[in-house]
Order: sequence, then C-alpha cells, then structure tokens
Amino acid sequence: MRAAVIVFPGSNCDRDLAVAFEQAGFSVEMVWHKDAALPDGIDIVGVPGGFSYGDYLRCGAIAAQSPICKALAAHTERGGYAVGICNGFQVLTETGILPGALLRNAGLKYICRTIGLKVETSDSAFTEGYNAGDVIDIPIAHHDGNYFADDETLAELRDQDRIAFTYAENPNGSRDDIAGILSHNRRVLGMMPHPERAADSGHGGTDGTALFRALAGVLAPA
Amino acid sequence: MKARVHVMLKNGVLDPQGEAVRHALGALGFDQVEGVRQGKVIDLELTEGATEADVTRMCEKLLANTVIERFEIELL
Repeated sequence: MRAAVIVFPGSNCDRDLAVAFEQAGFSVEMVWHKDAALPDGIDIVGVPGGFSYGDYLRCGAIAAQSPICKALAAHTERGGYAVGICNGFQVLTETGILPGALLRNAGLKYICRTIGLKVETSDSAFTEGYNAGDVIDIPIAHHDGNYFADDETLAELRDQDRIAFTYAENPNGSRDDIAGILSHNRRVLGMMPHPERAADSGHGGTDGTALFRALAGVLAPA
Repeated sequence: MKARVHVMLKNGVLDPQGEAVRHALGALGFDQVEGVRQGKVIDLELTEGATEADVTRMCEKLLANTVIERFEIELL
C-alpha cells in the first residue's frame, strides 16, 4: 500500500500525516508541489494541513493551481483515493474536487483545541472503522473552517449521505455543523479536524487512528 | 492598460469580518452604519491587447472563488 503526501511551501502537517499513514502500514512518498505527476502505483494521496503559499488570495487558492494538483485531479477523476485535512480540505474545494468553500470562522478567531466530532456515516473507506453516531475527540486548528455551500449542494450532500463528520458543538459557523464531506464516489474525504494529530498515544488521544486503519484495510492488496 | 477587479462575498454569504467592522464602528459611536461588507480590490497591469474577456477568465479561474464570491471588472 502506497500513500503520497503532497508538500506545498507552507505545509506544516505533512510529516504528521506521513507518520499516521506509516503507522497504519502504508509506505509513504512525499511529493513536491512542483512535480507534475504522482509516483506510479499510489493508492491514496494525502493533502496536508498548513498554510500553503501563506494563505495568499484565499486559503488553498494558489496551491490549487500548482502542477501537482492537476495530477491530483486526474487521480481522483480516475477513481483514486484522496484525503485533504484542514488546509488540504481547502485545497480540495478550491480545485473543485469537493463542493463548497471554507470561509473565515464566524467568531473571527483562530481556534486550536480538541473538539467532539460526530461520525455521520460509516459508509466510506475512511469512516468504516467508526459507527455512525460515534463522537470522537479530534483536534481542530484553523482560522478558515466555516464550511459554506448553497442550499442545493447541502441537500445533495445530505441525500447522498456524503456528510462524513459534523461538529458536536459548532465552533466556526459551518453550515449544518459540517466538519467533513465525501466526494460522489466516496473516495475523496475533506475534513477540517486533524485525525493525524490524534493517532499516537503521545498525542494525548488516538481517536484518529481508526480512520487510517480503516483505509489500510480497504486499500490492502486483496 | 490596467484593470481593477473588485471581489466581494455574495449576498447571503456570512461576512464575519464585515460584521466585526460594523460592531467596531458602532462602538466608536457611528450609529449610522447598518451593515458592512468587506471585499478585495486587485489591480492588474495588462499587456497591450488584453481584453475584458481575458480578465473575466482570470477572475473565474483564480481571482474569485465563484462558490462564495462575485466580481466586477473595471477597465482603467
């Protein structure tokens, strides 16, 4: 099983994400934003948190135009798996791989704390290690995590069971308390909270481990 | 040739920064203000022959996120 983690200038959760993948049994290749292609045989691409390109223009906007993101879009169009966490989620919405956008937090403050995250569906490679309705403890660390989508898109996400996670208590003004969503084919997950920061006993919590283990279970060679 | 692009959040999209400015103006005693929306102004210096249609494409592709923002182009 091979995972690629994209590194942008300003990424700062790339190594944490790589470690979380490795602990679940993946071999990991770090991929630079200027690379125009992903390594062959990659099972999943991780788009990490951080402040790609200093969050200039809009969070994730410049990263979304980078050469590697064209390769990422082609990978997801082929049905490849991807997960974008925090800034990675912002990049996935800016590329149009996932619908909606992340606005400035309603309270205007950067929020960095562990929150209760409710698992809305266990029907995905990312969430099948949880039960729908579980509330897990996962850190958030963002200034622009306020999920916005129009009414039509929200209805579609609900009807297709594509809301992966919601906040038990909405910290940032996200519509419908949304913290993470899935693509049409359920193979791309974008989420603001950081499961890779709750994936080792040294982190003070391990509720994120099940996400990476479930992925490893699905992507392990049959 | 120059163009000025105004990027604003769409109506109906919450603008927390605009709201904070409105509160601050109120706190300063400016009770004439009912609402504030904050946006961006981007000035482009263009090569000869560039058209408004070119700038529109720049807006749609990068300068604005049309999921949440609208834009207006002013040719200077």
